[in-house]
Amino acid sequence: MADLTTIPDYGLTWLEASGAHADIVLSTRVRLARNLQGYAFGPRARVNDREAVLSQFQDSAKRSESLSGGTLLEVPDVETRTRRILLERRLITRELLGDQKKGPAKGSAVLLSARDPMSVMVNEEDHLRLQSLVSGLRLQEAWSMVDRVDEELGQELAYAYHHQFGFLTSCPTNVGTGLRASVLMHLPGLVLTKEIGKVLQGLTQVGLTFRGLYGEGSEVVGNFFQVSNQTTLGKTEEDLVDHLDKIVRQVIQYETQARQVLLRDAQGVTEDKIWRAYGLLRYARALSFEELVNLLSGVRLGVSLKLLPGLRVYTLNKMMIFTQPAHLEQAAGRDLPPSESDAHRATYVRRILASEGDVSSDESDEDASSDRA
Amino acid sequence: MVCDICGSGDAVVELTQIVNNEVSTSHLCEKCAAAKGLDTTPEPTNFPLTDFLAQMGEESSSEERPDDARCSFCGLTFADFRETGRLGCPHCYTTFEAHLRGLLRRIHGGTQHVGKVYLQPDPTASEMQKRLDGLRRKLDRAVGSEDFEMAARIRDQIRSLEPSV
Repeated sequence: MADLTTIPDYGLTWLEASGAHADIVLSTRVRLARNLQGYAFGPRARVNDREAVLSQFQDSAKRSESLSGGTLLEVPDVETRTRRILLERRLITRELLGDQKKGPAKGSAVLLSARDPMSVMVNEEDHLRLQSLVSGLRLQEAWSMVDRVDEELGQELAYAYHHQFGFLTSCPTNVGTGLRASVLMHLPGLVLTKEIGKVLQGLTQVGLTFRGLYGEGSEVVGNFFQVSNQTTLGKTEEDLVDHLDKIVRQVIQYETQARQVLLRDAQGVTEDKIWRAYGLLRYARALSFEELVNLLSGVRLGVSLKLLPGLRVYTLNKMMIFTQPAHLEQAAGRDLPPSESDAHRATYVRRILASEGDVSSDESDEDASSDRA
Repeated sequence: MVCDICGSGDAVVELTQIVNNEVSTSHLCEKCAAAKGLDTTPEPTNFPLTDFLAQMGEESSSEERPDDARCSFCGLTFADFRETGRLGCPHCYTTFEAHLRGLLRRIHGGTQHVGKVYLQPDPTASEMQKRLDGLRRKLDRAVGSEDFEMAARIRDQIRSLEPSV
């Protein structure tokens, strides 16, 4: 039975806030969709197809320099809460967890590399989903990582490939390169100055698309936007990655300008917003996850503008992951109904903020001792 | 509204610029917009796949309906595909190739893959050439960005392929 301690780095290196522009760009992800010849795609694959795909992948992964020694988790064997933790850490997708009632289908698996911040999902919508997830804006690096694994696996596996359409995928929106590069951005400046609509519209005009924090179909909360390439066919992988990189850098510039405008024209209001968000996080006794993410957005802006000295971006990143329901349950050692979950979330946040030290000198730290360790 | 630049053409493009934190909006005709380097042709955007699929059904209704076509490998019919937006297996791309080409053009703006070339176990000479071209492009990039570890790896890959061309 797999448990989380077997996961290299707990799969969280992307939280470390180390890459370029880490205050605005949380993380960079690049994924490649690949399928094997001779088997139906995920949604139509039968149990023996899925098992054959998994076993072929396992053989090739053993001979791959990047993947050998990694941790393979077969999802049906993983405890329910651990599955949810993997989902909350963005290491697997909802699709891989299968139907809510029936649970994950046989052959669903994820391999976490021991070497690099990357993983391979097996028997998701496509047979293989190779993905790298790194901190900050590091598109080239993330692409090189998956490209290398793809080369290694491609020498062993018979990929489904068409001379005209390229790499074949279950959904025609992924065909060709099978590449989706996405960058998770925090854009409160553009939202507050009401410039965001134009920027998002601009993105769709240059072949990019955006989603909320949790990918396809998810709402935008806390001013977090995932920007990614919309098309996958007709351009080289390098062009797709370079184009996204170029546009994201422009958006970073717009965001930086918008923040300067905020400080110049509305400094009082902006500072008040930031300190209120900090105050609520520091003292609230119950927080829903959505409220937390929205407050963190304000605090993140404050840290980035150096209005909240002493707080680190890493701390804020960590809070977004460890305050999700399954993570709170793991820490509590039991299932938590939503009301209890909200209280545990607030306690966790108070404890972290207290341990980071006070950001202002005139504040007492009365609740730190009453919090559970 | 007339164009802010030439004063004669019909303004069809609204251009908003932020220069030194000053927001300015101008209205331009197609010609002046093009002269400023703005692309006024609509690009493939966020249309949901189902819209494309619905359109496909309409287009083909007068001619032969593709719905009855069935993939000989996985049994998926075109009607199944229209419903779910997912193909059933790699062979579906061959079965429905004629219908997919139009769809792919509308989604991606093109139908020819120009990215990485995957070599089947017994590649043709032209596939091999494409693959080598791709690797050389990558080698140039790696050298350009001074990633010599990567460059060495690509060079080895090129060497391992070259003798057989």
